[in-house]
Amino acid sequence: MTAAGNPAISTAARPPMRTGRRLPLAWLGVVPFFAYCGLFLLLPTLIITGGSFATKDGAFTLSNFTDINQPYLVKAFLYSTIIAAVSAVVGALAGALLAYAVVTSNPRGILRRSVTSASGVLAQFGGVTLAFAFLATVGQVGFISEILLQRGIDSLSRSTWLYELPGLILVYMYFQVPLMVIVFLPALDGVRPQWREATESLGGSTWHYWRYVAGPLLAPSFLGCTLLLFANAFSAYATAAALVSQGSIIVPLAISNLLTSETGRAQPGLAQALALSMIIIVTVVTVLYSLLQRRTSRWLR
Amino acid sequence: MSEMRDTRAGIEVRLEDLRRSYAGVTALDGLSLTLAPGELVALLGPSGCGKTTAMRLVAGLEEANSGRVMFAGKEVTGLPANKRDVGMVFQAYSLFPHMTAHQNVAFGLSLHKVGPDERKRRAGEMLELVGLSAYANRYAHQLSGGQQQRVALARALAIQPTVLLLDEPLSALDAKVRSRLRDEIRRVQLEVGTTTLFVTHDQEEALAIADRVGVMNKGRLEQLGSPTVIYSRPATPFVAEFVGLTNRLDGVVRDGEVEVRGMRLPLVQPNAANGPATALVRPEAVALAADSENVPGPLIGTVIAVSFLGATSRVTVDLGDTTILAQLPTSEASAHPAGTRVRLAIRKDPVLIAREETAPAEVN
Amino acid sequence: MSNLPPRSLGVGSGGLLLGHEAATSRGAGSPRPGSLMRTRRIKLQIFRGVVFLIMGLFFLVPIGAMFEFSTRGDTMTSPRTLEAWTAIIKVPELTDAISVSLQLAAITSIAMLVLLLPTMVWVRLRIPQLNRILEFICLLPLTVPAIALVVGMVPLYRWIGVNLSDSILTLSFAYLILVLPYTYRTLDAGLAAIDLKTLTEAARSLGAGWGTVMLRVVVPNMSSAILNACLLAVALVLGEFTMANLLNFENLQVAILYIGLVSASTSIAVAVASLVFAFVLLMILSYVGRPKDRVARAEEIPGSLVPSMTGVSVLAELVDQPK
Ligand SMILES: Nc1ncnc2c1ncn2[C@@H]1O[C@H](COP(=O)(O)OP(=O)(O)OP(=O)(O)O)[C@@H](O)[C@H]1O
Ligand SMILES: [Mg+2]
Repeated sequence: MTAAGNPAISTAARPPMRTGRRLPLAWLGVVPFFAYCGLFLLLPTLIITGGSFATKDGAFTLSNFTDINQPYLVKAFLYSTIIAAVSAVVGALAGALLAYAVVTSNPRGILRRSVTSASGVLAQFGGVTLAFAFLATVGQVGFISEILLQRGIDSLSRSTWLYELPGLILVYMYFQVPLMVIVFLPALDGVRPQWREATESLGGSTWHYWRYVAGPLLAPSFLGCTLLLFANAFSAYATAAALVSQGSIIVPLAISNLLTSETGRAQPGLAQALALSMIIIVTVVTVLYSLLQRRTSRWLR
Repeated sequence: MSEMRDTRAGIEVRLEDLRRSYAGVTALDGLSLTLAPGELVALLGPSGCGKTTAMRLVAGLEEANSGRVMFAGKEVTGLPANKRDVGMVFQAYSLFPHMTAHQNVAFGLSLHKVGPDERKRRAGEMLELVGLSAYANRYAHQLSGGQQQRVALARALAIQPTVLLLDEPLSALDAKVRSRLRDEIRRVQLEVGTTTLFVTHDQEEALAIADRVGVMNKGRLEQLGSPTVIYSRPATPFVAEFVGLTNRLDGVVRDGEVEVRGMRLPLVQPNAANGPATALVRPEAVALAADSENVPGPLIGTVIAVSFLGATSRVTVDLGDTTILAQLPTSEASAHPAGTRVRLAIRKDPVLIAREETAPAEVN
Repeated sequence: MSNLPPRSLGVGSGGLLLGHEAATSRGAGSPRPGSLMRTRRIKLQIFRGVVFLIMGLFFLVPIGAMFEFSTRGDTMTSPRTLEAWTAIIKVPELTDAISVSLQLAAITSIAMLVLLLPTMVWVRLRIPQLNRILEFICLLPLTVPAIALVVGMVPLYRWIGVNLSDSILTLSFAYLILVLPYTYRTLDAGLAAIDLKTLTEAARSLGAGWGTVMLRVVVPNMSSAILNACLLAVALVLGEFTMANLLNFENLQVAILYIGLVSASTSIAVAVASLVFAFVLLMILSYVGRPKDRVARAEEIPGSLVPSMTGVSVLAELVDQPK
């Protein structure tokens, strides 16, 4: 419980002079939480910001940012953005369809329970498990590759597509779709059957309903979820790390390689500059989204 | 659309033996009901008796397990809602939250291919009708429950449907707006001649607005008749008790009359078999007179409470073994404050009797 | 409000994309009774069938393939074996990692509840003007990629390792930040559904202190949301790799990766096992976690799309509660 949740502590902390307002006292209640966030969220962000403008000796420099302009890093940014955007849009559409199929089933039924539980697991179990899953399926000795090989087709068992852009996008679907299901289901649940019935009794068809009622109602939420998926894929590291053992095909891999190079070639400054760039990109997308949101959902308030 | 306004007479709506159950719960158990063209029928009944279900079947929002719905002699049972030309006001608020009040009303018009100018004019008109012109640009969450309900009403009326279904449209309104809007609905309905089904749980409202009133119980129609018939000649004890308060007095049926506490009253069911029965007597059939003598009699008692209802008052009289309710003009009731002794008289109106196993009579 | 039972969306009212065709097939003579509505329902069923089939294949085949892989013998021709599975408990590195990850999950969930829930309640009741800021901070970790955050945490953890403890359990500090957005959303929806203000005012007027309000009124009334928040936290912690790996700790996912370098089938077996374990956990909790309809819709749509449930029913139950 917070300090202010306990009247005894609040009373003890009361300043001797009465301000006439009880506000400062109430603010004590949120100190633990905000202090914690300051320490573990704000401070690391400040460290990144500071570090990305500093040389190894702590002097101010912009060279970390100019260093980003290397072909392999530019390519990593490009790849990261493409993977995140494509997997977000496709994942959002597929996830929305799945969520709709789920929401039209019995809310207490086993189907809905299993899909939501499985989505909860898969959305978070990206990473290593996921990489293994696809290696075991379409990797060089994967299940499907072997089946195809027995039929005389060795396209999968030889190619390295899984470790490149298309492969990563496909693999990312595995956590993007479940994440969409989780975050979009509540929005679909909030759609009232009366709205559809009202549309129908006013003479509207199913198309009218989706075009003029459900579509506009769900659009802000759908956009928000898509953005979330973008940020999620953009910052995903584990899957790629387990799947791609060398190179820096996407930015998170580049950061990790720059941080952990054993041969003394670690460049924490550059890593921090990359991290800051990532934060900036996601922030820009978020700001764009909220501008869009403001236009699409005037009715929300 | 608009040129049809004056020419289109209402159509006949017929519900034939509709049955609907939900996972074991029988919501409708063989409901049959015919609405004459242009007629307003009010459906009255306790909560959960299937009124909303009946309405949804007529609207085409739900499918019946069996039975048919006919519009003007044509079967529409399988037709989806948007092909039925039915206007509906839902029990729960169903405004589109992303549209203003005006846009909500105009939306239905645009689905009916009404041009923008005409749409704007008609939506404005309808909002005017329900007294919400000043709120045209508000979103649903900025309106009170009653205001939302009025917008929903305007939305349903605006498309001038051939059949209008109103599911407790006035339940969220205060008494004044309620009666004004009730009259307004009736006026528009008579003017346009739309066949209308009006669901309510308020008997006073049903009796005031409807051409005929249908009283439902447990998924079927107990009685259908004009308001006066429903009120004064209820066909079954259920109807008698549901429509208005009723005194239950023990009595004995003898030769087409019932004897209650020494008084012989005519029967609604003249063929009732002889034997003990419970007579259902309306409070307004009970008259009171001051009783100065202190002799106990079958119809002499003590006033224990007087509740003021406005023009009339309801007096509760203790008869010793039971209490009886009398409803009289307030001016008369004031002569009998609590504690005074009164002598009762029961007007010789036909009364209904209830027995353990009463078969509902067919009265129309 | 409405006394109608909630009807699930779309039941009895038609299909998704295919309804357009139903609309245009109008006017083709008088319709056969019952045909149109039935067609729409069938279309919805077909749509659902197709979606579930495709998604089912996409999600289940890889998991099946993992299982297939983990039971392969040494050579192509050798028979199926469960060796990889029995090896799980024989690798101490793995059992350690499993136990550590479970501990992390528990610590993170509890810490999250203790830190976040009272703050949210307090802000809603006493400092509502802080609500937006609180929400902003809680959702911030979504825009600060974990991989970026960990870059900034490296120095922080160096300090913690020297001055506090170098135990892997200190990872909970970082995980608490990671789970914030998800748990905040869930708890937020739960709080929105219970009309907190009326509820606490009623409880306070009955003489309850703030502690009682939290433990006896708020927590029981949003048990489903709390449980959901914990589940999300558990799932996230059990699947977390980025922070642990870059901060040089060995949790479950890191262990799976490194064991995979030595014995692929064992680590794949562990991966499947952890997936199934988490799934079963969520499944069980989805049954015990939603005892009543009242809280089942706690995850309502964000924003004011749906007015929150009236406090009346909840209040009624509060009054019935023995003091
Ligand atoms: N979708 C449904 N699922 C399950 N049961 C339902 C459903 N709709 C209605 N029922 C049940 O059918 C019965 C009739 O319901 P209906 O809504 O028609 O009652 P009503 O007469 O309109 O009541 P009220 O006056 O309270 O609105 C009730 O017992 C109700 O619980
Ligand atoms: Mg109803």
